[in-house]
Amino acid sequence: MENTDALWLARAQFGLNIAFHILFVSISLALSWILVYLRIQYARTGKARWRSAFNLWTRVFALTFAVGVVSGIVMSFQFGTNWPGYMNTVGNIAGPLLAFEVLTAFFLEAAFLGVMLYGFNRVPGWVHVGATLLVAIGTTVSAFWILALNSWMQTPVGYTHDGHELISASWLQVIFNPSFPLRLVHMLIASGVTAAFVVAGLSALRLLRAPSDKAAYISWRTGAVMAAVLAPAQALVGDLHGLSTLEHQPAKVAAMEALWETRAQAPLVLFATVNQAEQRNEHVIALPGFSSLILRHRFDGEVKGLKEFAPDIPPVAPVFYAFRVMVGLGVLMIALALWGVLRTRHGRQPSRVMLRIFALFAFSGWAAVVAGWMVTEIGRQPWLVYGMLRTKDAVGPISPARLGASLTAYLIVYGILLLSYIVVITHLARSGLHASSELHKDKALSQASAS
Amino acid sequence: MSALDLPLIFTGLMGFAILAYVVLDGYDLGVGILLPAATPCEQNIMVSSIGPFWDANETWLVLGIGLLLVAFPVAHGMVLTALYLPVLVMLIGLILRGVAFEFRVKAQGWHRELWNWLFGCGSIIAALAQGLMLGLYVVGFAHGVGDYLFAAVVALGVAGGYVMLGGAWLIARTEGTLQHSATRWTRWGQIGVALGLLLVIVGTALENSTIREKWLQLPMLLLLLPLALIAVWSWVWHATRRLEHRLAGSSCANLSKHEWMPFFGAVSIYVIAFLGLGYSLFPYIVVARLTIWQAAAHPSSLRFVLIGALIVLPMILAYSVFSYYVFRGKVRE
Repeated sequence: MENTDALWLARAQFGLNIAFHILFVSISLALSWILVYLRIQYARTGKARWRSAFNLWTRVFALTFAVGVVSGIVMSFQFGTNWPGYMNTVGNIAGPLLAFEVLTAFFLEAAFLGVMLYGFNRVPGWVHVGATLLVAIGTTVSAFWILALNSWMQTPVGYTHDGHELISASWLQVIFNPSFPLRLVHMLIASGVTAAFVVAGLSALRLLRAPSDKAAYISWRTGAVMAAVLAPAQALVGDLHGLSTLEHQPAKVAAMEALWETRAQAPLVLFATVNQAEQRNEHVIALPGFSSLILRHRFDGEVKGLKEFAPDIPPVAPVFYAFRVMVGLGVLMIALALWGVLRTRHGRQPSRVMLRIFALFAFSGWAAVVAGWMVTEIGRQPWLVYGMLRTKDAVGPISPARLGASLTAYLIVYGILLLSYIVVITHLARSGLHASSELHKDKALSQASAS
Repeated sequence: MSALDLPLIFTGLMGFAILAYVVLDGYDLGVGILLPAATPCEQNIMVSSIGPFWDANETWLVLGIGLLLVAFPVAHGMVLTALYLPVLVMLIGLILRGVAFEFRVKAQGWHRELWNWLFGCGSIIAALAQGLMLGLYVVGFAHGVGDYLFAAVVALGVAGGYVMLGGAWLIARTEGTLQHSATRWTRWGQIGVALGLLLVIVGTALENSTIREKWLQLPMLLLLLPLALIAVWSWVWHATRRLEHRLAGSSCANLSKHEWMPFFGAVSIYVIAFLGLGYSLFPYIVVARLTIWQAAAHPSSLRFVLIGALIVLPMILAYSVFSYYVFRGKVRE
């Protein structure tokens, strides 16, 4: 009993932490590239609106990045505190990938973030553009390594056993494992869509208050166009990613579809309540044969059901519901982005109704990203490393009482942080930045430093 | 390649990362601890002085822990589960500090006060927790009352050391009354360092037979390191006092070449103490239980990371230097 409690608490704690972390990472990853765009536009045109847009979103980025960094540090410790069995088993694979993330990405981001944030008047323009670019490259390289590791845990290949230890046989195979390329692209686009909606949504709030704010308009437009391009692309990549999952982790796909029995003409369950104990669905609304059509591209294609994988069946309900949240939100976001961009062609202004809807959707990417990660991580259960290491075999000897106490502490701290974060960036974006005064200050500063 | 003693090389790398962390994040944690002692206007300057750097400084901690995880995965699990609570406390301290840093800039009125306060609190919590971790690590995670007392003393010494570094950093990076106060703050920190080191050395010599024997093997070192410590310590003490008097005497002549000296002195104290610690613990990665060779990961993993580290570390050092060069000089707002 105590062991199950400890396992549950260790998972809850790690899950809370990783979900909290991904909120901020999913914004900063793509926001860094939006900053590169804004910075280059300013360098190209010299117009104040680009400068003020860059300034505003740099501040948002700094805050987002800081929360991402601190929650990331917590994770680097929790690998050891919560899952010592993980490192004992696959440390020879996971360790180097994490080390490369620190070495090639973290320092790059951190060092040039300082130059980007505080160096505008201290370095030549091209160096500042370069620093902004390096921050973006750093965040992306970081995503590369961490997704390589996560993908390897989903589809482990390229390893061998050396006596009692598991070691890498080919690092190229380990890194470029089967699920990695699509997962990386899926996550990068997810981040792009999330950041695009944050930028468009918060700029919409500003435009509702100050319709003539040019920096807010270009920010809104940048976000909306980015979302209109990336959200539909995500649907495509997501479909490919699902097909690859069917090939490598069929149990996860069966859980996503809440499909218990192996069958041809598998129905697409739109909604149901999942009864895991009795291994069946209730209150089902389904389209007959459509699951087979989507997954096998034929109505009579056979899809494996969950019972085939007993006893290694993931918790079906969270995977099933989270998948529907992700897809549902995705469809709404595609529609909104396309509507927004198509209605504002040829310099037409967005209507107030449209701006309100964009504001409402500012953080919709968060829900979709967390739901997506829930699908992929809970869908992998009971495995920690698919087919190799069960989560229960990796948990550490920390007592449930300690885990419970620290989980409570994290919940409180993260709750306050999340609230403060939303309040502060909403406030920042709503009040905007007065371009003229900022530029004036810049000039005064550069004169002072020249003399 | 197989002739290389990879565990030893990785111990060196990890030691370097941890030393870089305690010195670099040490000064910015120290500035954080000192924050409540300053006026609101000074507080802004203090925070500005560490603004461009704190993030990269904290990354050294992630690298240190990362290298522990890569090179000594068994020890990583053992150390972190044994230090579960202090690690949790430290992390919460670092979280509060890291976010307070960004939030305080965007806040006004009592909100800013609150974030300032959290910034100071987070800094002192993180510093004490790190000291506690070090202390418990040195006693091999023993649970006696004496062990906790020992760890508490180490915690005080580490926090004092950070105050010393933070004060010395402010001497170098600021001017006017703030710089003047910083000369005093540096010496407060030094008192903490002196007490901490003294008690730790005496306590270890009396109680820890493993380390005592290690010390007795090399009596020269036993003599040299403390002498060097005392010399540098008193030199920093005098240098800051001299600076304080000169600053009080207004009219100040050109001080700039002296202003970095206390900082370098403070760093030297850390380096010497760290070398002593490293010598005392070697070759254990978990004291009295696991040596670096017993805990080491498979050579294939270590080789892969080592090649990467040898390519990337010089680049990291280069752009860290670049960043310090960009933000050189006195902080004025």
